[in-house]
Amino acid sequence: MTFAAGARVRVRDDWPETRGPCHIRTPHYLRGRTGVVVRHLGDFPNPEDLAFARPAERRPLYHVRFAQPPIWHEGHEGDDVQVEIFEHWLEDA
Amino acid sequence: MSAMQDADARLLRAVTALLTQKGVTSADEIAERMRLTDAASPGQGARMVARAWLDPEYRALMLADGTRAAEALGIPMRGAPPLGVLENTADLHHLVVCTLCSCYPRAVLGYPPFWFKSAAYRARAVRDPRGLLADFGTHLADSVRVRVVDSTADYRWMVLPLRPAGTEGWDEARLAAIVREGDMIGTTQVAP
Repeated sequence: MTFAAGARVRVRDDWPETRGPCHIRTPHYLRGRTGVVVRHLGDFPNPEDLAFARPAERRPLYHVRFAQPPIWHEGHEGDDVQVEIFEHWLEDA
Repeated sequence: MSAMQDADARLLRAVTALLTQKGVTSADEIAERMRLTDAASPGQGARMVARAWLDPEYRALMLADGTRAAEALGIPMRGAPPLGVLENTADLHHLVVCTLCSCYPRAVLGYPPFWFKSAAYRARAVRDPRGLLADFGTHLADSVRVRVVDSTADYRWMVLPLRPAGTEGWDEARLAAIVREGDMIGTTQVAP
């Protein structure tokens, strides 16, 4: 477990779907975005391997909070989005 | 029975027979899962909500570990993904969506409403949650923050809604009866 609650993190700006078949649980709208770790939810088998029946290593899963604007123009200041993201999609911000 | 239904039924029988023969599952296990799936309904989540409104210790358990709180009321959670509970307060409202597919806390809420899986709901919940809530008749004051919880991975999320005014002195069964599935998704607020 690498990220503590309160850590500022950036979701990797990576697009594996442009390189071939894959199964990703990281929404498009968060790639490259910065948020704050709420808490470590537990370790779960990596869905990117699980989906292809490959051996799936358990990876830390975090609840990460992102301010609604600037992700979406429609959002109100103070609103936010909270999303489960696997550790290998996060980097220090 | 149409040719298509007949083909589906044959395929189902063949897959079931193979899984049973190979010891992956058993006829009893399949019957048990069907019974549990049929028994799951929003009434289960509503019982949890009503208990949490009346019992501060249960409320604390529910917010810390939804799975254990469900089991404490006899709701079967074996094989279900971990359940997280999101507490609405006077200044914070939660809305649950699964933008990637249709993850839903079926063990405590049953089958999702048809719109939960629609592209329109999934896209709009993250982009314009207040507009979407208004379409459901839920008008929040500007002082209330909205937190959209996009259920993208291994957890399933339900909302613990606010207990409405005018329900003082109500017992658990009467409280549970006013909690609807939308109140636990966050599209609506409980009305007495």
